[in-house]
Amino acid sequence: MIFWQLFLAFFIPGILGYGGGPASIPLIENEVVGHYHWMTVTEFSNVLAFGNTLPGPIATKMAGYIGYEIAGVFGSLVAEFATVAPSLILLIALLRILARFKDSPKVNWLTLLIRPIIVVMLGMMAYNFFAASAQASGWLPMILIAAVSFVLMERFRVHPAFVIAGALLIGAAFMG
Amino acid sequence: MTQGSKKRTAQKSAFAVHRDLFVAFFRSGIVSFGGGPSGIPLIEAEVVKRYQWMTLEEFGDLVALANALPGPINTKLAGYVGWKVKGFTGLFAALSAVILPTVVLMIALLGVLVRFNDQRWVRGMTQAVLPVVGVLMAQLTWKFMKNAKKGLGWTISLILVGISFVLMEVLHVHPAILIALTLLIVLIKPSKKAGDSK
Repeated sequence: MIFWQLFLAFFIPGILGYGGGPASIPLIENEVVGHYHWMTVTEFSNVLAFGNTLPGPIATKMAGYIGYEIAGVFGSLVAEFATVAPSLILLIALLRILARFKDSPKVNWLTLLIRPIIVVMLGMMAYNFFAASAQASGWLPMILIAAVSFVLMERFRVHPAFVIAGALLIGAAFMG
Repeated sequence: MTQGSKKRTAQKSAFAVHRDLFVAFFRSGIVSFGGGPSGIPLIEAEVVKRYQWMTLEEFGDLVALANALPGPINTKLAGYVGWKVKGFTGLFAALSAVILPTVVLMIALLGVLVRFNDQRWVRGMTQAVLPVVGVLMAQLTWKFMKNAKKGLGWTISLILVGISFVLMEVLHVHPAILIALTLLIVLIKPSKKAGDSK
């Protein structure tokens, strides 16, 4: 049953892929290329490379596309469901429990104590983006773009979406 | 503030709320280049700042727990926010805004343009967007740092940031384990003490 296979192929990477979408990519490849032989390694890496140039989470792009290739629109839906639903259900259940004890001092403490952890997680993500940027385009363009976008967003309150759109245009015209 | 936003949401028609959810997650999804996490500051800009569906504290808890669970982060954030604002239909509105546009693009374009990513201008786009995402992420980090300071004071905040940094980045303890441990410590800790220091 192809739909069951599709479900499993994306359910397993979804539930084992700690560290967000990109972490689950090798696991997806393992299922799609290694286990079910739906694609060759080259096909898979072509799809992956293309998916990376488009915006949005990579795991759902891969699931949607591969599901569609294998079994049409319904296949796409099954693969997306398997990618998204399990962790989302867990998250909603967890947060519901927390919300129930919202006024208990323990939950307030949890919220407080978790904050330094978030700071480190987000700080490391920021660092990783800068590191990737320095590697891709060098220090000077990185510092220039970072400084200009910081001033635009922080001083002139420009919505980040516009700053990103501007960066995309400049990148397409002058970089690469 | 939370009450005000609830009121505003309640005054809006069901259609308008679903539209807002779709727009918020469409906008933050379509500009989040460079992988899922790059969308987090954009989602914060929509959910906390613009539509005020959540406070920064709630958003922080959400990001921490979502990070501790497996699977893509954007869809977890979108699904939960949608569910919180408008139940299951809200969940679908927010989720489809994240997933649909890019999957449709992918299916529509891939057959024709597999070599697309070799183009110089595409590479240029990715390169130019990385520093912007870095700045966004740093701003959000700073926001949570100020937030931590407000609740814990500078000294304790910095000590805890230092400890989490060493645990996660030097000793490579997985964030999920760290968050689970924090949860355990809080649960075991006698609540009297917690009440005292509050």
